[in-house]
Amino acid sequence: MKIIVCIKQVPDTAEVRINPETNTLIRDGVPSIINPYDMHAIEAGLHIKEKAGGNVTVITMGPPQAETALREAISMGVDSAVLLTDRAFAGSDTWATAYTLAKAIEYLGADIILCGKQAIDGDTAQVGPEIAEFLDIPHISYIRKIDEIKDNKIVVQRLMDDGYDVIESSFPVLLTVVKELNVPRLPSIKGKMAAKKAVIQKMNAADIKADENCLGLKGSPTQVRNIFAPEVKKDRIMLEGTTEEKVTALVNELMRLKCL
Amino acid sequence: MLIRIDKDKCTGCEACIASCPYDAIIIKDGKAEINELCQMCKACLSVCPEGAISEVSEDSDQKEKGQGRGVWVFAEQRDGKTAVVSFELLGAGRRLASELNTELSAVLFGCTESEADELIKWGADKVYHCNDEIIKVFNDEPYAKLLSDLIQEHKPDIVLAGATPIGRSFIPRVAARLKTGLTADCTSLDIDKETGNLLQTRPAFGGNIMATILCPFTRPQMATVRPRVMKRGEYDEKRKGAIININADNIKSRTNVIETVKEASETALNLQEASIIVAGGRGVGGPKGFEILFELAEALGASIAASRAAVDEGWIPYRHQVGQTGKTVGPKLYIACGISGAVQHLVGMQSSDIIIAINKNPEAPIFNTANFGIVGDLFELIPLLTKKIKEAKGL
Ligand SMILES: Cc1cc2nc3c(=O)[nH]c(=O)nc-3n(C[C@H](O)[C@H](O)[C@H](O)COP(=O)(O)OP(=O)(O)OC[C@H]3O[C@@H](n4cnc5c(N)ncnc54)[C@H](O)[C@@H]3O)c2cc1C
Ligand SMILES: Nc1ncnc2c1ncn2[C@@H]1O[C@H](COP(=O)(O)O)[C@@H](O)[C@H]1O
Repeated sequence: MKIIVCIKQVPDTAEVRINPETNTLIRDGVPSIINPYDMHAIEAGLHIKEKAGGNVTVITMGPPQAETALREAISMGVDSAVLLTDRAFAGSDTWATAYTLAKAIEYLGADIILCGKQAIDGDTAQVGPEIAEFLDIPHISYIRKIDEIKDNKIVVQRLMDDGYDVIESSFPVLLTVVKELNVPRLPSIKGKMAAKKAVIQKMNAADIKADENCLGLKGSPTQVRNIFAPEVKKDRIMLEGTTEEKVTALVNELMRLKCL
Repeated sequence: MLIRIDKDKCTGCEACIASCPYDAIIIKDGKAEINELCQMCKACLSVCPEGAISEVSEDSDQKEKGQGRGVWVFAEQRDGKTAVVSFELLGAGRRLASELNTELSAVLFGCTESEADELIKWGADKVYHCNDEIIKVFNDEPYAKLLSDLIQEHKPDIVLAGATPIGRSFIPRVAARLKTGLTADCTSLDIDKETGNLLQTRPAFGGNIMATILCPFTRPQMATVRPRVMKRGEYDEKRKGAIININADNIKSRTNVIETVKEASETALNLQEASIIVAGGRGVGGPKGFEILFELAEALGASIAASRAAVDEGWIPYRHQVGQTGKTVGPKLYIACGISGAVQHLVGMQSSDIIIAINKNPEAPIFNTANFGIVGDLFELIPLLTKKIKEAKGL
């Protein structure tokens, strides 16, 4: 099995805030992390390798600094890492990102491609399915369990709103994973040593034979027009008094609003 | 680069540096400079006191706008029953269509014609309807192929779908195939009066920021929309429209659904359809605390929801989670008990009609979103509230 895991380095968004007065981001030293869902994708890749044999490659499209994320993945046990980096990639939306990743995957070749369900900076969940479309292969989203891996097919569970679907697919296939799938392993001592020494393969637009009109801002159909702080409601009523009085006031309001 | 800093105007004050979530601005020789980490999020544009930061739209000026006409809604179904989000999309679609003075169509896969007829009563002028065996159960490839073919044939200006497991899974394939933009998980949609472009607004960075996205040059403009944020349109029993039946000939799927398993528990089952929701957070303290909430829910005929903190603690299953990484709900009444009101929770419930917050910390941000707030200990307040509600209802 040739397994490729797509990972993204993201700001830890729990700590990114916006100042509502100035509409600017407040970002006091927000650390960069591997997108949490991608950690589960890496774990899934390693798990599949352990069961079915093969090798696991992590790949990211990003600035040179994203190398840190790749080394972290190597410390968890993946075999090799590829950094797609080129100024021409800057400003990519999901379409251009997926195009770029797909060109690289086409070049590298894979039986199973794993992505996180979504990246926590954009929360779009679009890159995975779009890669599959560019590669003209099937995909299954929100994998919560891998039931079976055979030579010519894989059976997985797809998380839905009201339960799950059991689905089979031929290879090659792209899977996007949710947190329920597994618990990502911690780096081993051996892994950490390997991560230090590992040579990261770097590729640019020419290496992956990408059409420059499909890259970066130029290749992106969408544009960010503006950003702003989520609005807050200001007309709330605080119910005061003793516990008894507060609750009585609330019940009266509920009756007035015909909620009872 | 794509964001430009006017070196003459820049004073090197560093105000922009903290605004960048990607560490993409550095100071070099006393002037700000943008490096390759830039993701074009535009967070820096408004911070510069000198107005030295601007965007350069190099070649995009020369791009021609694609053609398209009509607003389309992808109406999804599960088990042959149209999902409620479809009616909400028709409500939003109707509004956009009338602003653009165009017609509203729905696309329905895998349902009977009477379900298609329902979509007309909910506001569609036309329904493209396919009920072939291959699309009765959801698989990404045949759905994507069939919808892309229809779009290529009829060239709508706008295509909307639910930001549900189904919509968010296969719609990206359609956008990739059609080489057009797709905006995920929108919470509001409007038409730009000047250009007629669709303004697609969505939360980003875990809900800490809202962003408005445009797809100026390619068509259709595609968006997935969160369930429960748009209002349904008018239901008109007498509305007439056209149903156009189509075939899914020569369409293949390399994935195959072997089995569908329903897992939702009684109370979570209708979370998104519930008219009253009682929600608990970390303040509920444990599974025992949730029992108090279940009693209140029973008295009110409500469903139970939870914050991520309560789910992560293992006090209640994930399917009850409301928020950015959980469900979006929009009941008539949402009672938040022991929930602090983090943005990630708020994005999942702020479209509720009435929000009541019960929290012992008067500074809790949840009170900013609430219509009614009570500061106090939920372990005292809730049992009393349950008792009084039972009395009021004569139970
Ligand atoms: C990428 C990302 C996605 C996320 N997605 C979600 C999501 O989908 N949904 C979600 O909910 N969160 C989500 N979160 C987490 C979110 O940021 C908050 O951590 C979470 O909502 C906090 O839950 P809470 O309000 O229950 O807990 P806390 O913030 O710990 O608040 C508990 C509250 O209970 C009050 N309290 C304590 N005891 C009592 C008592 N006896 N009586 C009354 N009040 C009491 C306290 O004053 C406090 O305000 C996400 C975070 C990230 C980073
Ligand atoms: N720049 C990138 N490099 C590598 N993988 C990415 C990149 N962007 C997104 N992905 C993958 O696509 C998934 C979904 O991302 P998104 O569509 O941005 O929410 C992520 O979990 C990653 O697996």
